[in-house]
Amino acid sequence: MIDQERINEYLKTLQADAENGGYLLNPDREFLEDLAQGLLENTDRYGYQACPCRLANGNMEKDLDIICPCDYRDEDLNDYGACYCALYVNESIANGEQEPEAIPDRRKEVLAKKSDPIKKGAAVSKTAFPVWRCKVCGYLCARKNPPERCPICKAQKERFEEFVF
Amino acid sequence: MANIQHVEGQDKGKVLIYTLSTCSWCKKTKRLLKDLKVAYDYIDVDLEDMEEQDRLELIIMKFNPRASFPTIVINDTESINGYKPREIKERFK
Ligand code: SF4
Repeated sequence: MIDQERINEYLKTLQADAENGGYLLNPDREFLEDLAQGLLENTDRYGYQACPCRLANGNMEKDLDIICPCDYRDEDLNDYGACYCALYVNESIANGEQEPEAIPDRRKEVLAKKSDPIKKGAAVSKTAFPVWRCKVCGYLCARKNPPERCPICKAQKERFEEFVF
Repeated sequence: MANIQHVEGQDKGKVLIYTLSTCSWCKKTKRLLKDLKVAYDYIDVDLEDMEEQDRLELIIMKFNPRASFPTIVINDTESINGYKPREIKERFK
């Protein structure tokens, strides 16, 4: 069990980070505390905050796409108004006009597509520098290697992918 | 063998929920079934060892190909995938 003080502290930073990044959190306090507890438990268990609503592998390389905020957050917000766990929500849910609902997990489909050899690395770009894309927030930069941390959302280097035009 | 937990309530057939101990939707599902006074069993899959997790995932996928949580399996034949309060209330009324 995670103690209440740690949950409150964690939610404070989460709230501040969300605000800075233009994101909104679920307005249901009980639900948020449950999620915070799950995220903190995973942090203690795996050493990184794996998504609380998905089964993590425990090997960080295999879980990179589901370290919160996961690679799927923005698309789910766009398509369903909430991320898979409903930690991040759109305005109408944040204002209480709409209830968040359970949504399908797109992870398995996306991973299956990525391992498709035809789609993988078919085109090669000819720019002087490769372009790197942060899979969490979409930030792009042209440089030899991706930055240690995303300057916009602070996601770690491993979350970047090469962006091919 | 998986560590199966039992929650007392009225017998509405065999109800087994595959859950994650960390997941909010799973917590909501457990609370709802408790409120509806339905007897059920659950397995927190994330607390099992790797081998057991793999075995359980294959079972879950028979009912729910996305292998998402919670998956409520009823009488070993049907399932409700995800926290779907309307469907759950309807099924156990
Ligand atoms: S953004 Fe939402 S769905 Fe993604 S890891 Fe975080 S809590 Fe889970």
